[in-house]
Amino acid sequence: MANSQFVYVTYIRTTPGKLWKALLKPEFTRQYWVDCWQDCDWKAGSKWQLKKPDGGVTDSGEVVEIEPERRLVLKWRHEFNPELSKEGESRLTYTLETVGDSVKLTVLHEIDVPDSKLIKAVSNGWPHILASLKSLLETGESLAETRSWPREGCAGTQKA
Amino acid sequence: MKADMDMVFKALADPGRRLLLDRLRADNGQTLSELCEHLDMTRQAVTKHLKLLEKASLVVAIWRGREKLHYLNPVPIHQIADRWIGKFEQGRLRALAELKKQLEGDHG
Repeated sequence: MANSQFVYVTYIRTTPGKLWKALLKPEFTRQYWVDCWQDCDWKAGSKWQLKKPDGGVTDSGEVVEIEPERRLVLKWRHEFNPELSKEGESRLTYTLETVGDSVKLTVLHEIDVPDSKLIKAVSNGWPHILASLKSLLETGESLAETRSWPREGCAGTQKA
Repeated sequence: MKADMDMVFKALADPGRRLLLDRLRADNGQTLSELCEHLDMTRQAVTKHLKLLEKASLVVAIWRGREKLHYLNPVPIHQIADRWIGKFEQGRLRALAELKKQLEGDHG
C-alpha cells in the first residue's frame, strides 16, 4: 500500500464519453490544466508526458492500465522540481462511474514515500484543476486562473 | 449520494465526526479498525459516523484488495470556501476600500 495519497471525488453533470475526452485531449486540458497537455497515444505500456505551453516536460511516465471511459492508471514521475522528482515514481488513477445524471470522477494520486512532498504539492494543485474541469464541462467555461501557465510558482508542482 | 450542502453541514455539526476528519487529516487512508483505535467511540458509532461523512462526500471509501480504506475528500470544504468564505473576503476588501476612501476623502 502506498504511503502518501491524495484522493478527490467530484460529481460532474456530463457523460463518461465527454469526461474521458476532457481528461485526455489537449484541446480540453489546455483550458483547465494551466495550458498543459499530455503527449501520449493512450495504449497500455505507452510513454506518457505532461507538457507545459513552451513544450517543456513537467512530468513523465507510462500508461499502466487503460479502459476507455472507465479507468486510467498512469505511472507518474515529476521532472521539473528536483526536490519532488527525487521521490521517484507516483501513480495516478482516474475512475469514472455513472451516478444518476452525473459521472463520479475519483482521482487517486499516490506514492510509496511517507509524508511525500510531491503528494503535498499535487494536493494543492489538483483541486483547482479538477474544479475547473467540472466548470468547463458543466458551463462550457473553465476557471480563469487555470487557463494559462502561472508566472510564479502557484501551480502546486511548479517551482518558481 | 450527491454532495449536498445540507448533508455537509449536518455531518460537520457533530464533534465526533469532526474528530474522525481530523484523524484522517493526520493519516489519510485508514480502515475502520484503525480509525477505532484510541477513540472513545464504539465501532458501531464510528461506522454510523463514517456513513454520514460518506453521504456528505466528506469521506470517500476506496477498496484495496479486501480492505476498505477511508480518505478525506477535499471537495465539499473547497465548495464551502468558494461559496461563502470567498464572498466574506470580498466584503472585507470592499469595507477596507470604503474606509480608505473615507480616510483619504475628497475634502477639498
